[in-house]
Amino acid sequence: MPKRFVAIWFLSLKTDWFLLRNPGLKDKAFVLAAHDHGRMVITAANSIARSQGIDKGMVLADARAILPSLEYFDDQPQKFSRLLESIGAWCIRYTPMVALDMPDGLILESTGCAHLWGNEAAYLDAIANRFNQFGYHVRLCMADTIGAAWALVHFGENKTIVQPHEQLKALMNLSPSALRIDPEILERLHKLGLRKISHIVAMPRSALRRRFGTGFIRQLDFALGNENEPILPILPPVPFQERLSSLDPILTLTGIEIALQTLLDNLCLRLYQCGKGLRFASFTCFRVDGKVVKIDIGTNRASHQSKHLFKLFELKLNSIEPGLGIELFQLDGSRVEEINPVQEKIWETTGGLDDDGVFELIDRVTNKMGANCIQRFGPDEHYWPERSFKPMDSLQEKIVSSWKSDRPRPVHLLARPEPIQVMAPIPDYPPMLFRYKNKLHKIKKADGPERIEREWWIEEGDHRDYYQVEDEDGIRYWLFRSGHYSDKNYQWFIHGFFA
Amino acid sequence: MGYVNTERADILARLQKEILPLQGYKPMPGGNRTNIDLGAANAAFPNACFPLGAVHEFQSQSPEQTAASAGFVAAMISHLAKNGEAIFWISRVRRIFPPALKSFGIEPDRVIFINAGNDNDLLWVMEEGLKCKGLAAVVGEIAEISFTASRRLQLAVEQSRVTGFLIRQHHRLIKPIASVCRWRISHLPSEFEDGMPGVGFPRWNVALEKVRNGKPGEWQMEWSEGRFNLMDMPVPAIERELNIKVG
Repeated sequence: MPKRFVAIWFLSLKTDWFLLRNPGLKDKAFVLAAHDHGRMVITAANSIARSQGIDKGMVLADARAILPSLEYFDDQPQKFSRLLESIGAWCIRYTPMVALDMPDGLILESTGCAHLWGNEAAYLDAIANRFNQFGYHVRLCMADTIGAAWALVHFGENKTIVQPHEQLKALMNLSPSALRIDPEILERLHKLGLRKISHIVAMPRSALRRRFGTGFIRQLDFALGNENEPILPILPPVPFQERLSSLDPILTLTGIEIALQTLLDNLCLRLYQCGKGLRFASFTCFRVDGKVVKIDIGTNRASHQSKHLFKLFELKLNSIEPGLGIELFQLDGSRVEEINPVQEKIWETTGGLDDDGVFELIDRVTNKMGANCIQRFGPDEHYWPERSFKPMDSLQEKIVSSWKSDRPRPVHLLARPEPIQVMAPIPDYPPMLFRYKNKLHKIKKADGPERIEREWWIEEGDHRDYYQVEDEDGIRYWLFRSGHYSDKNYQWFIHGFFA
Repeated sequence: MGYVNTERADILARLQKEILPLQGYKPMPGGNRTNIDLGAANAAFPNACFPLGAVHEFQSQSPEQTAASAGFVAAMISHLAKNGEAIFWISRVRRIFPPALKSFGIEPDRVIFINAGNDNDLLWVMEEGLKCKGLAAVVGEIAEISFTASRRLQLAVEQSRVTGFLIRQHHRLIKPIASVCRWRISHLPSEFEDGMPGVGFPRWNVALEKVRNGKPGEWQMEWSEGRFNLMDMPVPAIERELNIKVG
């Protein structure tokens, strides 16, 4: 089956877009102009201005001399490059493969898409009507090759449909400039009197290659279908994708939920058959007014449980604004991983960290509150208390070293040690009393010191002498003295509470 | 006459046992494989069995008391998570020092800490956690919780039989909530048996201020060698900070 391509050419993309934003200009001649070497040069003119002989490339001052009532505005090149891209993204509704054809065209690969609209003519009409409704003037043609479709859209008749394998016949009478070639080569062709493609096709290939180079031959082959032209879709193809279009625009949450559930069931079945699971998925809603609303989910472990995935989406469904209604739903599994088949359990076990229920719960928490709020810690080979544990990357990660419990450690550790006033008798003895938050604590029992050196290969500073102390009420604290007693610039801190 | 009395007592005991399931005390499926053993203090609970699958509330008034409650809760959970089950510890800001949990019998890498941005998120995670059968326990540190929210937690627990612990630190008197037990843990001076110097095992005054269908009480407990030991010493002369009964 031959491939089919549609080329769309926006005759006046910039002015059409400008008119959409400023409907008041409808009956006036206006142009967009940009600075070029100290002059204002027209970059786009609307149809009324063109009918007065004003076209792009003219200097603005000249144009205003011709037509004093001409209105002019600043061109915004960055905005227009994004505009074409967003129109391309909108065209995803007609085919999954859309490519940009700078500066004012689109290429759709519509192989196997047209029958959804009845036939190819109806397909082209549907696209053209939608663009006309929006206010864009377009021309579009369909052919087996990108080159042929492009040539016809620029030099042929509007809405031409070239039947499969007939592109040669359709191109015969067109000028060589329809082949998308360098102006330099074009000029040479004209000098030689080759003014139609039919003249070129009749010539021997070796002569053409010698005179015009391989690039020219390639363009000719692209147009005639002797060589496949690669298409660069604006959205890379997603193999795990499900789409659901609705007869009437969907407005209600229930409707969206049903659509999501259907799509998820279909996708999960496919994933299950491939032995894969979702890690990242997005649910896209195309609205009647042309806006696109999208929600994403991620999972911590590949999953093809549609019930679980639905719960993850459910948390975000409220953020979808249906506006005037949603006409197309699309579910993409953008990141898919192999899944480890879970053996059915004979008896119910209360699971540990690899329990499915726990995983699904963590997924829900992650999607609601972000991944940063979930922490799991493993031991680290450091004595320095703040560094004695480290965050672990995943739930499955096994701990390498073991937890130490040979030394007393407080159950609550202060985020940063707080300075306290202390009365301590002689070096290396625990303090007799200390003042913390304006409360005086008399120390009855104490253990220590436990000296922890600062790791010089990480940071510099004083060592700490830790004491576990118990005050007269039986409350147990973790205190330390930073620095040597003899240095005179030591300081006492409180660092934690024992249970 | 005595025969009649014992018969009546039997009937009463049987009727009481019938009431318990109706109030949300369901025996764990498969018998009491794992339970928290508080020694003689077990007598305070209905059926002399620590109520699992319920929400326990711990009140504290100072950071020190909160640390004591956290230690006591960790020690309780170590009985529940013997087979390596996961534990949720939810708070606004994590204060727990993970390596310390090891000394209370918990593998610290089994604990999943969740830092919630606000109280609503915290309660949502707590409720979802309590619904998840794979967890051994869910601990939430929250100051203010409404009665309705606490009812929701209790209802979540009745389905899944996960045990929930709420640690509430507040400097003022706090409103009563729907919990099966209300505890207040405070420090007691530790002691070595033969008067050795130094700080001994953690020792607490454990006040069970409220227990549904049970007898509230007060005990002195020490956590050593992986179990709770009851002290049969008199209540020490230190002045306990709160004697106000709530609810």
